[in-house]
Amino acid sequence: MKKVFKAFFEKFRREKAERPLSETANTQPSVEIHPLKKSERIIEVQGLTKVFDGVTVIDNMNLAIKKGEFVTLLGPSGCGKTTLLRIIAGFETPTEGQVFLENVNVTDVPPYRRPVNTVFQRYALFPHLNVFKNIAYGLKIKKIDKKVIAEKVNAALKMVDLEGYGHRDVSSLSGGQQQRVAIARALVCEPKVLLLDEPLGALDLKMRKDMQEELMAMHKRLGITFLYVTHDQEEALTMSDTVVVINDGVIQQIGTPKKIYDEPANAFVADFIGESNIISGVMLKDFCVRFLGQDFECVDKGFAKNEKVDLVIRPEDIKVYPEGDEKGQLVGKVLSSIFKGTFYQMEILANEYQFTVQSTKESKEGDTVSIGVKPDGIHIMKKLRSTNTFYGKVTGEDTVEFCGTEFTFNNVDGIEAGTDVEISVDFDAVSLNDDETDGDLGGNVSQTLYKGKYYQVQVYTDTDEDFFTDTVDDWDINDRIGIKIDHSKIVVKRLENEE
Amino acid sequence: MSKQKKTLLLSIVFLVIMIILTYLPVAILTVYSFTESKTIGVWNGFSFELYKELFTDDEILTALKNTLIIGLSASALAVVLGTLAAIGIHSMKKAPRMVMESINQITMVNADIVTAIGFMLLFLFVIFIPNDYASLIIAHTVICTPYVIMSVLPRLSQLNPNVYEAGLDLGATPVRALFSIILPQLIPAVIAGFALAFTISLDDFTISTFVSSSVETIPRFLYNKLKVKGVMPVLRALSVFIMAAVFVVLIVINFFSMRTERKKQQIEKNLGGAK
Repeated sequence: MKKVFKAFFEKFRREKAERPLSETANTQPSVEIHPLKKSERIIEVQGLTKVFDGVTVIDNMNLAIKKGEFVTLLGPSGCGKTTLLRIIAGFETPTEGQVFLENVNVTDVPPYRRPVNTVFQRYALFPHLNVFKNIAYGLKIKKIDKKVIAEKVNAALKMVDLEGYGHRDVSSLSGGQQQRVAIARALVCEPKVLLLDEPLGALDLKMRKDMQEELMAMHKRLGITFLYVTHDQEEALTMSDTVVVINDGVIQQIGTPKKIYDEPANAFVADFIGESNIISGVMLKDFCVRFLGQDFECVDKGFAKNEKVDLVIRPEDIKVYPEGDEKGQLVGKVLSSIFKGTFYQMEILANEYQFTVQSTKESKEGDTVSIGVKPDGIHIMKKLRSTNTFYGKVTGEDTVEFCGTEFTFNNVDGIEAGTDVEISVDFDAVSLNDDETDGDLGGNVSQTLYKGKYYQVQVYTDTDEDFFTDTVDDWDINDRIGIKIDHSKIVVKRLENEE
Repeated sequence: MSKQKKTLLLSIVFLVIMIILTYLPVAILTVYSFTESKTIGVWNGFSFELYKELFTDDEILTALKNTLIIGLSASALAVVLGTLAAIGIHSMKKAPRMVMESINQITMVNADIVTAIGFMLLFLFVIFIPNDYASLIIAHTVICTPYVIMSVLPRLSQLNPNVYEAGLDLGATPVRALFSIILPQLIPAVIAGFALAFTISLDDFTISTFVSSSVETIPRFLYNKLKVKGVMPVLRALSVFIMAAVFVVLIVINFFSMRTERKKQQIEKNLGGAK
């Protein structure tokens, strides 16, 4: 898997090198609602929300998919990608929002009247029917002439390379063959869109590779839209025209595989797609960013002065030079070096940040080296957020209530008790404690993300609020912890509309 | 090694003793059904005379006919009701499903005599059914249905839930998907349920006695004859015959459940070990 992955990125880098610099900065045509003409949209979801037993699986999602494209929904398990697919297929009804197929609202149309077909995760072949009857099932319902059905089924069998397998029992088929039957069964109905729910998940590595290629070839030949769900970033990047990265029911980024890899929209995407070094920094001015205590030239602009940002550096973009070389920007120590076939993967500690580096030249463990990164190797991303915002009420002369707890604050504006207010708490005003009783309120750790030197931790409180903070310690997911807030750093503002 | 062998030997001896104790009464009955002697313990030489008598005795044949009519109709009704009920229960949410499963078990665990008295009172004071066959079939359907549900439910939860959705996806309406996808896959469990229901009906004495006084089924015939004439030799043959019928039913059940299990495993195995 790694090998194909690598080959794929090699292709990227070559393309990048061949093109003039100005062009690389150009954004690729991305699938967003506005740039797509109405006639080009095959699937569109608007304001889609799905809540299961009080848990929001999909959160106000908007997405338009272009006719004829191979689109992949990519995200970690539980991110809502399969639910989105099931809503489009019609197996789930959205809590809110609409689904359009070819600009027709199909939100309330049952699955058996939608012009889409699905290849299920574990194929869901009908075990009581043979291969031929499995594929013919959809056509038989359409009351098509028997002769025509036989022709179409045989053509479908030929397409998936299973000629002569019609009479076979599905239990006699291998995993790969079952998968082909599932694809043939869906495609024989000539759907407008083929939905594929992790169809390669059950196959072994080699078979998966072969099927990837076959699916891509099939997509090219048939010209129908493929909507593909996977948690495998390599699969997504290799196969798709467009990748939709989803996390926590929210679309993080939509773009071509290249754009997603080269210009991740945020730390989550950077972390999820391939290996990367994610570091927090400050944008000093256009084309200049400061991180790890040094200033670096970069190719990004348009940020506020001194705006806090996240930046990503891919392991292959870091160059390693001998100690003292002028080209290096940081001095580091090699912690480990592993040969990975075509390159060495090294962990290099520099300015207290542990870089993951891939290089064709080996540096020995314990060596002191100089490392550098070219301006176009630094990708600046907007920080997802750096303050926590809550809504609450002022309860007294210098007390405010939010998250079900009362805090003292510095009431400089003289806000009177009973006023509804917006409360901002900076990340650095929040600290976490092992013992819940040491904090102002308790919560459960729901996510941690390593950002170099520190972790960004998300804590979910009992009052359904999320606290974000940066800590040097890694916290275990689901741990019960105490949240302590520096009361002097609580900023309270009247709600705008009340003024 | 020798200790292992000893343990193995011991467990085999234990098993043999257990089987002998369990099947001794039945075995004695079976052996003495092939001789004409008046009492058990006397061997008058091998013969099929008792079986000949069994199939020529009008009373016995009537009882057999009644048993078959009631058993088959009650099982058939129970299969239809039970299968549909199982599908309904299966698609419920967890809490109501647990309640339904418990309610289903109550009828199975409840003492027959209580159910029997219940039916008697029901048919005496609430619903009047002029035909004794009908009331017997109704009563037997009620006691058989839970067994069909019990047989079909596990099979339903083994089904790949996506298979039904695949049907909808390919254009089948929910009703069509139910008949063309779900039911065919339930057939083994339905047959097993039918067989189980039939043995329950065949076996029933208490409820039949309380519900109807005129229709004599085999268990009632046996009891009445024992009361009046003592152990007639022909009853030995009848008992063995019933036992053989139940035995055949058991083999059918096991054959079907084994075959579907094997097929399912084969499909899973070919998928390559993943969950």
